[in-house]
Amino acid sequence: MSGARYWRHQDQRYNMAGNECGVCGSRFFPGKTMCPNCHRRSVGKMKKFYFNGNGKIITYTIIHEGSLQYRNQVPYLLAIIELEEGDKVLGQIVDCEASDLAMGKKVEMVFRKLGEQGKSGTIQYGYKFILK
Amino acid sequence: MRSGIVSYGAYVPKYRILPKEIGRVWGQDGEAMGKALNISAKSVPGLDEDTATISVMAARRALARSGMDPSLIGAIYVGSESHPYAVKPTATIVSEAIRAAPYLTASDLEFACKAGTAGMQACLGLINSPDENIPIQYALAIGADTSQGAPGNALEYSASAGGVAFIIGREKVIASIDLTMSYTTDTPDFWRREGMKYPSHAERFTGKPAYFKHIQNCAGMIMKRMGTEPKDYDHAVFHQPNGKFPIVVAKKLGFTDEQIKDGLICPYIGNTYSGSMMIGLAAILDVASPGDRVLAVSYGSGAGSDGFDITITDEMKTFPKDKAPLVNEMISGGKVIDYAIYMKLREKIKLEGE
Amino acid sequence: MGRLARDVAIIGVGQTKFGEHWDLSFRELGIQAGANAILDAGIDSGKIEGLYIGNMSAGLFMDQEHIASMIAEEVGLTKTNIPATRVEAADASGALALRQAVFDVASGSSDIVVVGGAEKMLDVVSDVASEYMNATGDNTWEGLFGATIPGLYAMMARMHMNRFGTTREQLALVSVKNHKNGSMNPLAHFQNQITVQNVLRAPPVAEPLGQLDCAPVSDGAAALVLCDLRTARDLCPDPIRISGTGQGSDTLSLSNRSDLTTLGASRQAAKAAYEMAGIGPGDIDVAEVHDSFTIGEIIAIEDLGFFPKGKGGLAVEDGSTAMGGQIPINTSGGLKARGHPLGATGIAQINELVLQLRGKAGERQIKGATRGLAHSVGGTGGTALVHILEVV
Repeated sequence: MSGARYWRHQDQRYNMAGNECGVCGSRFFPGKTMCPNCHRRSVGKMKKFYFNGNGKIITYTIIHEGSLQYRNQVPYLLAIIELEEGDKVLGQIVDCEASDLAMGKKVEMVFRKLGEQGKSGTIQYGYKFILK
Repeated sequence: MRSGIVSYGAYVPKYRILPKEIGRVWGQDGEAMGKALNISAKSVPGLDEDTATISVMAARRALARSGMDPSLIGAIYVGSESHPYAVKPTATIVSEAIRAAPYLTASDLEFACKAGTAGMQACLGLINSPDENIPIQYALAIGADTSQGAPGNALEYSASAGGVAFIIGREKVIASIDLTMSYTTDTPDFWRREGMKYPSHAERFTGKPAYFKHIQNCAGMIMKRMGTEPKDYDHAVFHQPNGKFPIVVAKKLGFTDEQIKDGLICPYIGNTYSGSMMIGLAAILDVASPGDRVLAVSYGSGAGSDGFDITITDEMKTFPKDKAPLVNEMISGGKVIDYAIYMKLREKIKLEGE
Repeated sequence: MGRLARDVAIIGVGQTKFGEHWDLSFRELGIQAGANAILDAGIDSGKIEGLYIGNMSAGLFMDQEHIASMIAEEVGLTKTNIPATRVEAADASGALALRQAVFDVASGSSDIVVVGGAEKMLDVVSDVASEYMNATGDNTWEGLFGATIPGLYAMMARMHMNRFGTTREQLALVSVKNHKNGSMNPLAHFQNQITVQNVLRAPPVAEPLGQLDCAPVSDGAAALVLCDLRTARDLCPDPIRISGTGQGSDTLSLSNRSDLTTLGASRQAAKAAYEMAGIGPGDIDVAEVHDSFTIGEIIAIEDLGFFPKGKGGLAVEDGSTAMGGQIPINTSGGLKARGHPLGATGIAQINELVLQLRGKAGERQIKGATRGLAHSVGGTGGTALVHILEVV
């Protein structure tokens, strides 16, 4: 399998590179080609924005039947996080117990392995979160 | 002003396993083993942690403390014996994940437990090059490992995970490196052949002709060249394959327990291999004051030692250590797991189809 | 805007039993359903002018793309070389195929078309089937990070429970009700009744959802015959008119939604369908909604306007959605009990409504039902469709 599909989003996965609309100032992660608020007025005015990865949990689940990539990690914790600099992101919460989770808890970004293309394939890295 | 360490960051995974628990599985007196090795716990990486993730976390912490623009970093060396790929650099992953790429050089190093300090030396060479055609202002040296001991082997009590990143430069130096010298021989005391999962070691041969000989010669050479004696140093740190060897070598060299206590980290988290001496040095930087002098000597099986004579500068007064966790905070914040979870985290459990 | 150029009716329906069909292939399932629908319509297959197939992922499940041609060949429609089209919108594929077929007939381009939906899921093991279903979510930005479809619905469930006080028991009651309904449907995958305790004690999948909150992996096919209403009156004693069709979209990724307790795609689809039919939620006698997960049904009955937002759980608890309640939901057993062969689901919902409106739903007949609504969702709500059916 070609690694290109994962390679092209490395800056987003590694560094939470999103963007910001130069017209209305809305921020997006992952970045959008066009601002959904400003549409064509935003063309050419979307600026790269690196999110600091701090945020809070707005909802979460404990996955017992994981995707094949994560089947060796069950149970694992998954949350939707509201980023303090705008927009939301889905990510795993690591290094904590399910009982530690609650809506509204603050999290910060860490760098972890996400998956791999089989034992002989490339490894995908990116953001996950830990409780602050 | 001398070049040296501009900033530093360390990372230790959260999980710990105790010698007693390892011994329980293999019918050994784990507690006695832990005492003999002077290791009370060893760090265990999460399932999603490897040398690349540990390196990135350590490097980001170093950058957070320095507040510098990562694109000023002109070289990245990652020293490890557990690079995630046999072919494909860890250093490039770090370079992208700290936003230092693309205008830099990057490479992985391997020299058992001293690849990270070899990287520090390479960085020093680059940033001090008088050749204007090598315009590298800052360089990043990382020592990180998720080392493995074969199940049931004595190494299983010590082989742990962690990493340290040092930003090396000429400006805003918090710890100047006054001298670095190395001592190298071809001594097969510990090795891992291509394709093998676990390393092998030559048991007691790893001691006298290997660890002790190299560290003592390297430290002696440095003190001779600098005209110093052990009492001239406020801190000393030596490679820590277990919690006992560094104490013994310190004594042999004439250092006191007090001089090595701040940098003695192995008893709490085990041997972090390429990060071992470096995490001891990081712990010293956490507490050191301007003017403090440090002797730091690594050891890598195979074998060699890199020694550093270091002086803490006035820059340390205003250096924002609190922008990243201190080593002591990390070694005390562990979560103890049992051997079954350890097996799961270290991917020693084979799933269907594997 | 919002009107069909001419009225369209359903004149025949057919369905295989949903469930485990170890001895039947995709082709055979498709034919069975199609043949039943054509027989039910009582038309000569030479009159069929088009074929639409809703299928989510024959490519993943059986390494076969281009299945419209395959089905056309298998049912003998290639003799006339009629257009055969495969339509995909995750597990709303069947409903979307119907909508395309409705437009075909309404436009006057065709008078009689067959619409089918089929999925053969059990040729792969369950964790592989789940993996394929995960592809209905945003694999790049959520799947790679560990999201599963049950996991995404679980996060909606937690949000709904937190905001509105919806209880774990109310979720379970959706499953209990649908199993009860399914026990009266001979074509349902599951025809056993279950208790709240069964649901609560089932192994967890993605907390708070457990195995009995999730629709099963099923094989199955369903088909129907569409005809313009004028012709239909001549061919059929009891044509059922499609008086409203609506479709909506929303973000593929769940994290990009502004509100996780509602599906914007469902609300849009419902609004469009109600407007076209000139009615409101209070005019519906019976509804089939997308309960791929129990929370999905609760969110759906709110989004469709049957109950105020946040009151869906209570409605299930007080029996408002049971047979004989204010608005019986999923009389067929829903996705949970009837089964959920992804591409077939949207068509099977319509078939159930046709039986109800014809008064031929047997034991589970809602007396005097004249208007029915079907609601189908793709993935976690990136697509939703609503169709309204009426007795002519």
